[in-house]
Amino acid sequence: MQKYILRRLLSTLPLMVGITLLTFLIMQITPGNPMQTMIDPKISTADLARAQERMGLNDPMIMQYFRWLKEIVVGNLGYTIKTGQSVAGMITERLPATLLLTVTAFLFSFVIGVPLGVFSATNKYSKRDYGLTVFSFIGISVPSFFFGVALIYVFAVKLNWFPTSGLATINMAGGSFDIFVDKVKHLVLPALVLAMPNLAVIMRFTRSSMIEVLTNDYIRTAKAKGLSERTVKYKHALRNAIIPVVTLFGISIPTLFGGAYITETIFNWPGMGSLGIQAITSREYPVIMGLNLFTSLLVLFGNLTADVLYAVVDPKIRLSK
Amino acid sequence: MEQVLEVKGLKTYFYTEDGVAKSVDGVDFTLSKGKTLGIVGESGCGKSVTSLSVMRLVSEPAGKIVDGEILFNGDNLLAKTEKEMRDIRGNRISMIFQEPMTSLNPVFTVGNQINEVLKLHQGMTTKEATLKSIEMLKLVGIPLPEKRVHEYPHQLSGGMRQRVMIAMALACNPALLIADEPTTALDVTIQAQILELMKDLKERLGTAIMLVTHDLGVVAEVADEVMVMYAGRVVEHGAVREIFAKPMHPYTQGLLKSIPDISEEVEFLETIEGLVPNIYEMPAGCSFAPRCKHAMDACRERQPALTYDGGHKVRCFLYGDASEGEVG
Repeated sequence: MQKYILRRLLSTLPLMVGITLLTFLIMQITPGNPMQTMIDPKISTADLARAQERMGLNDPMIMQYFRWLKEIVVGNLGYTIKTGQSVAGMITERLPATLLLTVTAFLFSFVIGVPLGVFSATNKYSKRDYGLTVFSFIGISVPSFFFGVALIYVFAVKLNWFPTSGLATINMAGGSFDIFVDKVKHLVLPALVLAMPNLAVIMRFTRSSMIEVLTNDYIRTAKAKGLSERTVKYKHALRNAIIPVVTLFGISIPTLFGGAYITETIFNWPGMGSLGIQAITSREYPVIMGLNLFTSLLVLFGNLTADVLYAVVDPKIRLSK
Repeated sequence: MEQVLEVKGLKTYFYTEDGVAKSVDGVDFTLSKGKTLGIVGESGCGKSVTSLSVMRLVSEPAGKIVDGEILFNGDNLLAKTEKEMRDIRGNRISMIFQEPMTSLNPVFTVGNQINEVLKLHQGMTTKEATLKSIEMLKLVGIPLPEKRVHEYPHQLSGGMRQRVMIAMALACNPALLIADEPTTALDVTIQAQILELMKDLKERLGTAIMLVTHDLGVVAEVADEVMVMYAGRVVEHGAVREIFAKPMHPYTQGLLKSIPDISEEVEFLETIEGLVPNIYEMPAGCSFAPRCKHAMDACRERQPALTYDGGHKVRCFLYGDASEGEVG
């Protein structure tokens, strides 16, 4: 197992280098250079050329790449063009809110998706299974900007169960428990909207995996041992059915971070997603690329986690030489 | 002699979109303590469904035991609740299957899977069960059982896995072991070892064995009695020696003739002409009649009864009165 994890870790290194290389190249091919956007348009061309030379923008690309990489490694993602703020600082400031939202959505999608999938599979071709199938197709096909607004309309505006937007009520009075409840209330709708497509996919995936596993010979063996229906389904079958579902652990992460761009905008959630949207509309390339790099590394990390989890759930991988 | 199993008039039908498949259509047999009954027939003759019926594991809702009695030590299994059946399965009646490669759960260790039956039926703790599992693995001839008990199925060969299945099946010392084609998926040398093991264990533990197979060689090797099935019915039943020496039913004769004999040089191996009839459209009369060389008019009209003749039972008008038997 250690060997497997070590090998998997090593294989992420070239991928990481690839990510930085791509990010750097995309920045290079964007029209204009930092000088043109940052500097007073009235400056003379001679001064501009001197400044460019001084900032190393005339150096060969490979040198620029390594200089940039050196800064990335120590956590410097550059500065915004308009305000000169540190991009890394902006991201870390927004990260907790996004993590809260995505982790909750991640938990929602697995904690709700897997049991519903199992239920669907064990009751296959029943009315309830068809009901869940319709539900999952709605979940996959209704876009989050519509779903989000619909939820806000029903649960926030009409029923007044949840707030319409934001991370928490500003200047809220009350004890720490009230503050906690207030935060949870703010979290429910956006997390649900973000989780929905993922939840639906996980449910369908679990359903088909479970149905397939239930036809295996070892399920018949388990029944022949005199085990109860429950043990056969939830121990013998589910333990095998979950193996392919682990793949979705890795795939969920980019989906959730990508989905956060829209969800955070709808719910006015002060996270990385809304930062990204602001950066895109104001053409803040350093911020966009910083977010891009950061998210890519998260995806890489997600896939690594999924691979390690594979080894945990599948003895064939765990014990492979 | 003590009877372990008595099956009377068992009918197991499958209700499918194409119609009703009468997979097992009135099967009777008995099995005594410490004896081995071989059930032989082509694919689809109902031999596996018969064994699954005894376990009450016919896949519902399509499959249903519609009639008959299955008396296990005098108790009718068909009258038992699902919970009572679960106490019997894996405990008093165990089953091993054709595919050792896929019959063990890949995510649990061998020990874990044997322990499960011991914990369930004998209330052992994990520690006690593991010791017993090691003992069982030793009994079925697995080398280094202390090490193997912690291994996963994919680390074992097919033969080893079948031994594990047998160890698991015998862990609670059942009165009846149902072996559904236990050696079919194994290569010949391993087949012989597994059969030898089953014979040996039967003698040591006194387990009655119901051996389902299409391989007459296997039957000759281990069975005391043999029951030949065709299209859901028993066509011949008797002691192994007698049936091999004097097969009476034309189907049994055909089966025996289609085994190649190493001592004789023949140009063509005899086969039984034709195919098993479509299970949804069984012919009237004897279901073997369309393939039978000796078929008479009566065979196409009436179903012969299973009658005694010369020491064993046979369902054929060649023996006995062709005017008897049921119509249809």
